[in-house]
Order: sequence, then C-alpha cells, then structure tokens
Amino acid sequence: MSDAAHTLERPAGAVPPAIELRGISKAFGPVQANKDIHIRVEKGTIHGIIGENGAGKSTLMSILYGFYKADSGEILINGQPTEIPDSQAAIRAGIGMVFQHFKLVQNFTVLENVILGAEAGWLLKPSVSRARGLLKQLATDFGLNVDPDALIEKLSVGHQQRVEILKALYREADILILDEPTGVLTPAEADHLFRILRGLKEQGKTIVLITHKLREIMEVTDNVSVMRRGEMVDTVRTSETSPPHLAELMVGRKVLLRVEKHPAKPGPVVLDVKGLRVVDDMGVERLRGIDLQVRAGEILGIAGVAGNGQSELLEALAGLTPGEGAATLSGQPLDVTGKSSDGYTRRMSGVSHVPEDRQRRGLIMNFHAWENVALGYHHDPAYNRGAFWMDNPAILRMTEDYMKAFDVRPPNPALTAESFSGGNQQKLVLAREIERGPELLLVGQPTRGVDIGAIEFIHQRLIELRDAGKAVLLVSVELDEILSLSDRIAVMFDGRIMGERLPEQTDEAELGLLMAGVTEKGAA
Amino acid sequence: MSNRRIPNWADVVLVPLFSVVLAFIISAIVIWAIGEDPWEATKMMVQGAFGSSYGWGYTLYYATNFIFTGLAVAVAFQARLFNIGGEGQATLGGLGVALVCLHLPWPHWSLALVAASFGAALFGAAWAAIPGYLQVRRGSHIVITTIMFNFIAAALLNWLLVSVMRPSGSMDPASARFPPEVRLPRLHEILDVFGIPFSRATPANISLLVAILACVLVWYMLWRTRLGYQIRAFGQSEPAAQYAGISPFRITMYVMLISGALAGMMAINNVMGEANRLLLNAVEGAGFIGIAVALMGRNHPFGVFLAAVLFGFLYQGGAELALWTNIPRELIVVIQALVILFTGALDNLVRIPIAALFARRRRS
Repeated sequence: MSDAAHTLERPAGAVPPAIELRGISKAFGPVQANKDIHIRVEKGTIHGIIGENGAGKSTLMSILYGFYKADSGEILINGQPTEIPDSQAAIRAGIGMVFQHFKLVQNFTVLENVILGAEAGWLLKPSVSRARGLLKQLATDFGLNVDPDALIEKLSVGHQQRVEILKALYREADILILDEPTGVLTPAEADHLFRILRGLKEQGKTIVLITHKLREIMEVTDNVSVMRRGEMVDTVRTSETSPPHLAELMVGRKVLLRVEKHPAKPGPVVLDVKGLRVVDDMGVERLRGIDLQVRAGEILGIAGVAGNGQSELLEALAGLTPGEGAATLSGQPLDVTGKSSDGYTRRMSGVSHVPEDRQRRGLIMNFHAWENVALGYHHDPAYNRGAFWMDNPAILRMTEDYMKAFDVRPPNPALTAESFSGGNQQKLVLAREIERGPELLLVGQPTRGVDIGAIEFIHQRLIELRDAGKAVLLVSVELDEILSLSDRIAVMFDGRIMGERLPEQTDEAELGLLMAGVTEKGAA
Repeated sequence: MSNRRIPNWADVVLVPLFSVVLAFIISAIVIWAIGEDPWEATKMMVQGAFGSSYGWGYTLYYATNFIFTGLAVAVAFQARLFNIGGEGQATLGGLGVALVCLHLPWPHWSLALVAASFGAALFGAAWAAIPGYLQVRRGSHIVITTIMFNFIAAALLNWLLVSVMRPSGSMDPASARFPPEVRLPRLHEILDVFGIPFSRATPANISLLVAILACVLVWYMLWRTRLGYQIRAFGQSEPAAQYAGISPFRITMYVMLISGALAGMMAINNVMGEANRLLLNAVEGAGFIGIAVALMGRNHPFGVFLAAVLFGFLYQGGAELALWTNIPRELIVVIQALVILFTGALDNLVRIPIAALFARRRRS
C-alpha cells in the first residue's frame, strides 16, 4: 500500500496532500468500522473511495467531517495536523460535504439554503446579495446553474444536489466530499455532475468521491482507494486498474472454505420467477425484470456487489417489499405484489426467510431468545393454548431443542437476543427458519458478522437442507461462499441478472467481470 | 457508545426512586425559598395522605383514576403509540356510564357496575379508535389527533350536558342524579365486612378493586397472550413485526381500542363511584397525569400501580398542604411537575450515573 502511494497521480512539485489520514481506527462497540486507515488524497485530484455497503467508507468520511471522533490516528489537512472535533472545524479546515441524503430546508429558496448557518451578521440582506453574486460567478465557472430564487421543493433531485455543492463552495471549501452522489440521480444528471466535478478539479479543488459503483470510479477519478470490512485494501491509479480488478479488491479473495458436499440431485422446479420488478420509494427501479428458477434439492447462489438489487429480490420474494411480475411456488401462484401476502402467509405456504439484516428484521433484540423463536410462528397451534393464550412453556422447550440442535451458546432461552454473539444470533434465526422443513429457504448474507466456527456450521446446515430435497436461494456478497455452496450461480448487476454459471466451470475472475456489469471477456 | 446496561431491577426500582427523591429535594428547596419549613410541609403531606383513613381514602380514590389512565398510556406505549388522549377518552367513558346508569333499570349495583364498565370501555375505545384509524390509514399522527380529540370530547360533553342531558329546570350543566340502585359500595362499606373501621367521608369505592384487576389483566394480556406478544413485537421493531407477518393496521387498532377502553373505564370511579351524575370536566386532568404515571411506571402494569399511588399521594397530600399552610395550591402543581420532569424528561440524569456506577462495580 505504501509503495502504491508513490505511483499516484499528483501534480508536479512537492505539494503536500490535501488530506492525509494516518492510522485512523474507529470501533462501535465490538464492530471495528475502521481499522488503521492510511490514505493520501493529492491536491487537485478526484479521489475515489470504493467499497461495498458497510465497508466503512461513510464512517471514515464522518470522522473527517467531525461527526465521529476517531479512536486513534491523525488527520493532516494540507500537511498540517488538524483536530476536527465537529463539522464547524471541518468547514474551517476547508472541507465541504455533500451527503447522500440532502440536508436542505424544503420550503426555503436556494439562496436561503446556501447562506443558512453562514449568515454574516444580524441582517440577511448583505449575505443574500453576496451569495447572489457568488452563485452567479459559480454558475458561469462550473456550469452549476440553479435559479437562486427557486424553492428547494420545486427542484429536481439533481438540482438539489447542486445546491448542496454550492453550499460547500459558499463556505469556501477546497476539499469536497461527495457521499454516494449518484445514488439518486438519473444517468444524464450523473454525467452533468461529473462535468461539474471535473470543472472544480481544474480550478484546483480536491474532490473525494465515495461510491460503490465501479463505472463512476473509472469515469471521473484520478486515483482510487478500495475499502473492505473497515480496512483500506489498496490505493491505485485509476488509469492502471480495471473494473474486474477493483471488484476483486472490493469483494476480497480469501482462502476458499471448501464445503463437503455431494453433487446435487435437482428435482422439480420449486420457485419460478418471471419478470420481477421492484421500484423503491424514490422511484428508482431496483429490479429490472428478474427471471429465475430454483429446483428442489439445489442451492441457487446470487452473487453481486452489494446494492445491485439482491436485497430487493429477497424482500420481494419474502413478501416484504411490493413488486411486479409473476412467480409460482411448486406450481401454485406466489404473490409478489404484497397485496395478498405478508411475512406470515409466506411462511404458511412453505417459504422461510433468513433476512440479511438479522438485527433489524430477523430478531427483536430486546426480546428473550424464546420469544424470538416464536417470531413469525406465533400463530402456530403448537405455541398456543386456545384462541388467545400463548403456550410459553412449549415455546421455551422448543427453544431449548433448537439451541441444542444448533449449538447456540450460551444455551439459555431466557437471555435477550442482543446478549448473543452475531454467530449465535444467526444460528437462532436459522434454527427457527430451517427446522420446520420449508419447501424454499430464502437466505441473505448467512455468515455476515459471524465467526469462522459458526460459518462452517451454518454452511453445513444449508447443504443438509439441500440434500433433504429443499430449494435454497442464497444471496451473498462473499464470493467464496457463493462458489463453495451453490449448485448454480446467478450474477446480479444493476437490478438484472447478468448471467448464470456453474461453480465448477467458472472462477472469481469471470464472476468479477459479470459483477462489474461486463458480459463479454476483455471488454472492460 | 455509552454503557447503558444496568440490571433490570435497578432500571425498574432504582432509577424511578432516585428521580422521585431528587424531585422532592428540589421541591424542598423551593418551599424553603418561599419561607416555609420543608420538613413541616413533608410531614403534613404524608400525614394528610397516609396519616388517617380519611387521607388514605382520598389518596386511593385519586390513585384509582390514575391507574386507569396510566394503564391506557402504558398499553399504547408497548406498541410505541403515544396515546395522550386519555382525557377525552375518559370524558367519553363518563358519557357511556351515564347512559347505562340513567337509561336502563338496574336491580343491583353489581350488574350496573358490569354494564357501566362495559359502556365506559366502549365509549372510550371508540373515541381512541378514530385517531388510531387515522394514523394507520391516513398518516395523521396520533399525538396530534388524540390531543385534538380531547378538545372535541370536552366540547361534545359541554353541548350534551347543557342542551340534551340537563334535567329540565336545572341550572347546573350536569346530568340527572343516578338512581340509588347503581350507587357503588364505598371502601368503608367493603372494609366493614371484615370489621376494619374506615372513614365514611371518602369517595374511594369498589372501582379501586376493578383498577387493580385491570392491572393484572393488562399484565396477563401483554405477557401471556398472542395479542400481547404481537403488540410488544410491533412496538419493539416494526421491520421485525412486518417480517413476522404482524399487521400494523390490526395491532394499532387493537391497541388503541384497549387503551381507550382503559381510559374510559376511569369513569366508573369518578362518575359512578363519586359524583353519581355526569358533571362538566369530571376528569380533572387525570388523563394527562396518566402519561406521567405510565412514564414513571416504565409502562409496566405493576409500575403503573405504584406510580398511581404516588401521584394519589401528591394530589391528596398537596390538597392538605394548601388547606393548612401558606404554601399556595400552585406550589403543589410545581411539586407534581418536578416529579414528572425528573421521572420522565430527565430520566438520563439519574440513569447515566447509576449505569456508570454499575459499570465500575462490574469492572472491579
């Protein structure tokens, strides 16, 4: 990593880097969000920071902007060691931030938003006229055209983002950090944004672009740093890298955990999905027509860089997110519109779901382990006595059985879910969803935040379920998990399935290309 | 992240206790500052509320009201719904009681009590159901709608009492007196059966036992029934409840119906047990005190019971204080406000030092 820094794109002369972070670490409880991060962002460049959701990019930038305090490490701005205890200090150091979710007052005008918090004195008039002049200047300099008197709520998302940029420039930011700026933009708006960023760069501004989209990195950045699981994996010149290489760095290559398994004996089609589409609340199309089949006795693995529609696929199939399209379960129609189905009816029809976010969806953290075992099965006659009463002792007994069968430690049903480690929480969810022998198991990130021992155990259980003739749809961002568990692999990119491969006939390089949205080898 | 893990018993017992003690210390300073003796004042409050069966009778009468309204807030809050419309729901509950008592012939008070409880619960539940429905189907926030419904309830009752229910010739905006058959046994009558002497001048009545029964039933409902399980799951995590197939619409409606019914049932105490007719403003703020009671009682039925008795004490002791000293009635409100402030709003003031204390003990 240190020798990579020498090869970075940088202007001539011994200009100190605009930002230099040395050994930044930050932990939230047991979760190490940033581990010993070193990075140099050269002045006058566009520097990309890429990594999957949860890789620690946003935490790092929040430290730089004074929202979090690093546990250890040093921040140097233009070569000067700088303390950034709050965002005011960050602004004074010349750092401007454009958040993923804009922080604009909807019923204020553009001008009012720009000067908000930076008014000079008691009267608004002087700052307003100063801002008006400056805005005009910036508009001509950078193509940042926005009507200064328009109300924010009347502006398109792309224009609102320009206001955020203008806010930062008005505060005389030399370093501009953009967090996932294109997540809400149309492709045309994104292209315009990139033109603006290049213009800013030519004026000597330094730009940090946080994203998980490879295309953007390739298109606008000079250098790119890759983060994975809280660590800075590498920093390279954009011109010397390629999307597959970056994808590989992002996803990481670990020693393959080979799982003992016999060849699959696929039976009849259990899940058949045709043309599944999901549009999110912001109107962005997350799934653009998914066709897939899962047979009894096989594991279909969905690979892809996080954020390419896998979560929406799981949630729509689990009846938690409304979608459009057709699906059948063993020949019976399966409602994906969310109109006549919910989490409960799904379970009754034989679809179990181990959600990606076990702490938000799969478990209620303040509930006892045994109460969590009843979650979603609280209507089960075995857990009830009569029409109203729950049979708590029966649930307790079942929990003890589950804990024994899945080796949950400590095997105490009365502990709350939050007192278990991630691996044991996951075992509890898995026990609940597997032990009833579902026809189809939807499982998302089964080993995220799970220790090695539990990973092996969970993998074995999934294989056993397959061998029992059940269908398994596995979504994971861990490529080796996909490769070792799946009988077939489908790769998702940007809400579409880019292709299907057999694990023994493919490798990480080919999958990496597909994950980067490249369908033919060689065409980067 | 801050270390906020403290043992359950400390959370339930220690934190409220310290909060109350702090509130009393500040109150003592205020009393001292206006030139009165805090020690004497405390003595008089305790004496007034607990020193005689007369004091006990009033304390328990107020506590009965607060149990019902406190339970109403607590049940709703288990589903993370903030029902602050107890005032209006109790007002409507009074209307239900009055209709049952005035328009149906009752051979015995016990039958009347059952029917009146039912009427009170029905009216209170209906009044709470409308904001509940508006929240889940129309997105209007329950805090806003329930508080607006308090005013609508007050206006509605005003109109009914002045224009519809007032006996002809009466100058008083109140309903007719209930027939003597529906008069509920007072506490002294019940205790007489066991040979325990008790003041005959207090309004405490058999509703107290209904309130205690309600505490037990609410506890049972929340922790032993499927509905309670779904309510608590929904309150703890909406995404997880959705995952489990728990319908937000159904749970919100059930919870608001139960909550409104409990608030409405307060009317069997104040309307049927005490006044024996429907008066204007019979609830007297008990609906709002219920919020403080639930906050202090940690939204647990047994906590609500204890907190209700505490607030009963503040009410009765405060009235005594205003009667016998130069301490103005308004100061009693200040003391009550301090208790609410410390137990509700300033919870962390006490919690964080206690948590730190426990953390230090664990480490050593």
